[in-house]
Amino acid sequence: MERSSRPFGYGNGLRTLSVVTVIAIAVALGLVFFYAPLEAEQGFLQKIFYVHVPLAIIALCGFVLGGLLAIQHLRTRDPRWDMRSYVVIHMSLIFAVGTLITGSIWAKGSWGHWWVWSEPTLVSFLIIFLLYATYQPLRFAIEDPERQARYASVFAITAGAFVPMNFIAVRLSTAYLHPRVLGSTSNLPGPMALTFLVSLVAMALLFATLCKYELTAKHTRSQLRALRRRLSGELADAPTRPRSAVPAIQHAAAAPARAAGRPVL
Amino acid sequence: MSGVQTPQRPRETAQPVRNAGLWRTVAALLRKELLVELRTLESVPAMSLFALSTFVVFHFALNRNSVEGDLGAGILWVTLLFAAILGINRLFVADADQGGFDAFLLAPVDRSAMLIAKALTLLAYLAVLELIAVPAFALLLLGAPLGPALPGLVTTLVLADLGVAVIGTLVAAMAVRTRARDLLGPLLALPLLVPVVIGGARATSPLLVQAHPAGVGGPAIRWLLTLGLYDLVFGLIAFALFDFLLED
Repeated sequence: MERSSRPFGYGNGLRTLSVVTVIAIAVALGLVFFYAPLEAEQGFLQKIFYVHVPLAIIALCGFVLGGLLAIQHLRTRDPRWDMRSYVVIHMSLIFAVGTLITGSIWAKGSWGHWWVWSEPTLVSFLIIFLLYATYQPLRFAIEDPERQARYASVFAITAGAFVPMNFIAVRLSTAYLHPRVLGSTSNLPGPMALTFLVSLVAMALLFATLCKYELTAKHTRSQLRALRRRLSGELADAPTRPRSAVPAIQHAAAAPARAAGRPVL
Repeated sequence: MSGVQTPQRPRETAQPVRNAGLWRTVAALLRKELLVELRTLESVPAMSLFALSTFVVFHFALNRNSVEGDLGAGILWVTLLFAAILGINRLFVADADQGGFDAFLLAPVDRSAMLIAKALTLLAYLAVLELIAVPAFALLLLGAPLGPALPGLVTTLVLADLGVAVIGTLVAAMAVRTRARDLLGPLLALPLLVPVVIGGARATSPLLVQAHPAGVGGPAIRWLLTLGLYDLVFGLIAFALFDFLLED
């Protein structure tokens, strides 16, 4: 009966994942502050590299992943893929805000300006952020849940393909100033490279954990709402969903005929 | 006419009419679009007038009588981009409001035809807009001679227009059936069109200078390549995804 509190299994493994993430972040921070050597030119300031670059890489990968999940949604028409795409893009957007803030701090520290236009990676990132900032308004502006999911997937795929294209275009247009991400890791001395890789893994784990938390929370809430509706004797399929940017989920609890159906996630 | 022909060719009735004439469908749709535009004059005059007003605004905002080089290219591209956004915003409005989508979906034709026809329509709008706006720009603001720059400028404009037409059509179809379509269209389109502006502005800015050292070379080939690649990628994306926007 241990499972009875989560009958659909979407919270499974959340605790293990959270513990692993906390450990990974602790190890990464330990390496950053006590193992990785101080960089000769920038000194302590360079430590932000271990937060900023993983954040940026994970955010960009998340945007592309959101596009891939959206392809899966359009192929299968299964709303669960739309939900995953939504959560991944939502989380990537938060990581992107973190990237822009840490990047600004780093730029202020090392170049003396909060914002540097001559710097392609920063500029591309801002453009991508501005594009994805319209994802939620787009969803919110479409009421029909099925069409909302479809349009959001079309947007996610277009924007996912835009991410690499935009980087190419902006990089061509400006002088090289930013440390090249891939180039710089291969140039890093051993301890720094190790610290960077551990930080990257920790950040990826954090991303996965947060996504899973959000998915679980969304499912739980909508299931709770469905159960409440049933308790109060309303029609299960009555369109009581408020206007929302969040994907709609069809719950087993909402339709008793399908109660024995597959797990939701 | 078909009533006469069907008994003679009974086998063809089993064949689906879909895909029978993609280009015929495109031609019919394009003809309808251009006819509607010619009769209502809704988009192109507004776009052209907007571009002219924007040049005047730039003259006063910058307090310059003539511009060239980077600044000139920037003004030209910003103006063309914003004028294009006006056209993008109007592109599907009639179809959404007056049942054009429903009629099109009822017809047994390939849905990509609508993408191609609308993109060609937008391309035609942009061509007319540029026929008016570029000479006006040269007359009002440009401090350099337009003549020697013209071949490079036209090449760049054609490549950039293809990108604007494809992305604009996709974005317009996405935005038109939302509650806030006038807001969402530009919000979605601007970031997606930034690379087009980068390519266009960088390619044209060396053309718009007063003294050309040893005649005008063409626009830098890498910018044309970037624009071409961008057109190609988004053309394929739009072709793959457009059907999903028309399903209901």
